[in-house]
Amino acid sequence: MNAAANAQSTGYNFAYLDEQTKRMIRRAILKAIAIPGYQVPFASREMPMPYGWGTGGVQVTAAIIGPDDVLKVIDQGSDDTTNAVSIRKFFAKTAGVETTTETKRATIIQTRHRIPERELTAKQTIVFQVPIPEPLRFLEPRETETRKLHALADYGLMHVKLYEDIARHGHIATTYDYPVEVAGRYVMNPSPTPKFDNPKMDMSPALQLFGAGREKRIYAVPPFTKVRSLDFEDHPFKVQTFDTPCALCGVENVYLDEVVLDDRGGRMFVCSDSDFCEERRAEGHRGELSGEEPAFLKTAPAVEGEAT
Amino acid sequence: MYVAVKGGEGAIDNAHALLAHERRGPTHIADLAPEQIESQLALAVDRVMAEGSLYDPALAALAIKQSRGDLIEAIFLVRAFRTTLPRFGASQPLDTSAMAIERRISATFKDLPGGQVLGPTFDYTHRLIDFMLAAGVAPPPPVEAPAETEPTPRVTDLLDGEGLIEAETATGNEDVGDLTRTPLDFPANRDLRLQALARGDEGFLLALGYSTQRGYGRTHPFVGEIRFGEVEAEFVPEELGFAVPLGPVAVTECQMVNQFHGSAEVPPQFTRGYGLVFGQSERKAMSMSLVDRALRTREFGEDVVAPAQDEEFVLSHCDNVQATGFVEHLKLPHYVDFQAELGLVRQMRTEYFARQEELKEAAE
Repeated sequence: MNAAANAQSTGYNFAYLDEQTKRMIRRAILKAIAIPGYQVPFASREMPMPYGWGTGGVQVTAAIIGPDDVLKVIDQGSDDTTNAVSIRKFFAKTAGVETTTETKRATIIQTRHRIPERELTAKQTIVFQVPIPEPLRFLEPRETETRKLHALADYGLMHVKLYEDIARHGHIATTYDYPVEVAGRYVMNPSPTPKFDNPKMDMSPALQLFGAGREKRIYAVPPFTKVRSLDFEDHPFKVQTFDTPCALCGVENVYLDEVVLDDRGGRMFVCSDSDFCEERRAEGHRGELSGEEPAFLKTAPAVEGEAT
Repeated sequence: MYVAVKGGEGAIDNAHALLAHERRGPTHIADLAPEQIESQLALAVDRVMAEGSLYDPALAALAIKQSRGDLIEAIFLVRAFRTTLPRFGASQPLDTSAMAIERRISATFKDLPGGQVLGPTFDYTHRLIDFMLAAGVAPPPPVEAPAETEPTPRVTDLLDGEGLIEAETATGNEDVGDLTRTPLDFPANRDLRLQALARGDEGFLLALGYSTQRGYGRTHPFVGEIRFGEVEAEFVPEELGFAVPLGPVAVTECQMVNQFHGSAEVPPQFTRGYGLVFGQSERKAMSMSLVDRALRTREFGEDVVAPAQDEEFVLSHCDNVQATGFVEHLKLPHYVDFQAELGLVRQMRTEYFARQEELKEAAE
C-alpha cells in the first residue's frame, strides 16, 4: 500500500506522525548517532498509547520506517506478548507495512527488554523502548545534576555503587539495566534488558536506537561501536548462565524464561526469544519437554498483517 | 495467561469487545448521550478540557462516555487527539477584565468595583444528599438580573495602582514557549511552568498547594480574586496582521496575593500567584496559583525547602497522563527482568546459607 492510499484509508499520515514531527525526531536521531550514548532531548509527542508503554520506541520507529520496511516487534523476547501485538497492529494499520516474527527477515526490530539471540546484520535497525534513559537516575534524581555529571564524564557515583555491591554481596548485584560505556565516553542505560544482552550491543553491525517518550530522550549506538559493560579488573563483567538447556529446543547459552508448571515446584526453562526457539524446532532440534509441551506453548501458524 | 503465549491478538480483540459491552451496560436503561454529559456533567467536561489542554466541550463529553467516566482516561483520549491537530500559533493574551462574569469573588476586599458575584457555586450548600434529584424534580427557575456590561477590573490591578503588589509587565518577548513542542528544560521560565500547571493533575496540585498551607513552603496567601466566565480568544493571522476573534472560552482565573517582606533590592510588597484553567474549576485554579507562587521561591531569593517549591519535582510529576502511563506500565510483563532478579536472589540465598553453615561449623 502506498502512503497516499494509506492516509486515505486510516485518516492519518503514513506511520501516524505528521512529517514535521518525523523530521524533528530524525534530527534528534542523527544527533544521537553523532554522539554515541548521549541522551538527546526531543519534543516527544502524546501518542495514542500510554506513556511507559513504548511511546518512545514507537516514535523512533514511526520516524524511520518506510513503505518497504519489514517490521518485527518483540516484548520480553516474544512476538506474541500483548503489548508487542498491539504495537505491531498499530504499524500494520497506520503504515500498512509488512510485519514479521522472523528476526532474519525484519529490517526494523522494535523491542522491549531483549535483544534477539540471532546476530543482527548491518541491514537491520533495532529500536529499544526505554522507560528511564538516565543510568544515574537512581543515584541522583535531578536531571539538572545528571546532565552535569554526563557533561563532566563524572561517573564516580556509578563506580561507587558497583563497588558497594561487591563489598556487600561479593559481586555486582545488578542483573538488568546494567550500565555500559559507549565509545569510551558516555555511560548509557541499555534499557532494562538483562545484562545477558549487553555483550550483543558491543560492535553490533546493526544500528541501535533508543527512544524514551515520557522522559523525552533519544540516544543511539551506531554500528560497530564499542560498548563496554562497567566492571573492575578484579571483578570482571559476567553474564547470567542457566543450568539447564531450553526445554523445548535444547539450546544452551541463551536467555531462558522460567515457566511455572504446577503448584508443587514444577518448572521448565524455555527460550525467551520465541522466534529463535521456533526456528530451532523447525530445524528438528528437540528439548527434553518438547514431546509433551503444554498446550499453551504449542505454536499456531503466525498470521500477520491481516488485522482488521 | 496473558503472557507471551500465542493467541495474544485474539485475546486483545475479545477484551476490547467486552469493554464495549460493559460500557453500554444494561440495555433497558437509555444510552447516555454525549450532549447529556456535556450539559449535566459539565464540571467533569471542564476538567477533561483543562487537563487535556484542548477546548472542545463536545469532544471532552464524548471522551468521558468512551472512558466510562474515568476522567484521567478521558484526558488521555483528548490529549492523544490534540497531538494530531495542526498548531497555528499562540493566541493574543486573554483580557480577563473584559470577561462576561458569571462568578467573581474577592477575599481581600469587602466590596469592590464590579461587586461580589456568587454565581453557580457549591459554596454554602449543605452537603446533604438531595433525594429530590433521584426523583427527577425540576429545579425552580433561577433569579435573573441584567448582565453587567462594564469591564470588571481585577483586584490585582487595583493594588497595582498603589504599587503595593509586584508589577507584572510583558517581557517584550512575544514568543511564548510550548511544552508540547519543545522538551522541558530546567530551570523553566514561568510561561512553561504555568503551562505545565494548567495541564497538571488537579489532585496533585491540590495536595501540593495544601502542603504549602501546612508549612511546607508557606507563602501567606490571600485570594485576591477568583472569577469565572467567558472571554473572547483572539488570534493574529500572519496574512492579516490584526487580531480576529476565534470565539469565547470559559475560564476560571485565580489571583493569589501573597505577603512578601522585601529584599535588599525590592521594597516590601505583595507578590502574585496565578491560576488559569479552562471551564469552572476553582479548586484547580486556586491550587495552581498556590503552587505557582511556591515555584517562584528562587526568584524572590527564598530557600527551596519544600516539595511545592522544587520546580523539577513539581513539573516532572504533575502530568497525570505521564504518571498514569508509567505507573500502569507495571502491568506489562516484566518476566525477563524478573528472571534476572530471581537468579540473583537464588544465588544470594545460596551464598547466605553457605556462610551460615560455615559459621555454624566454626562454632562447633
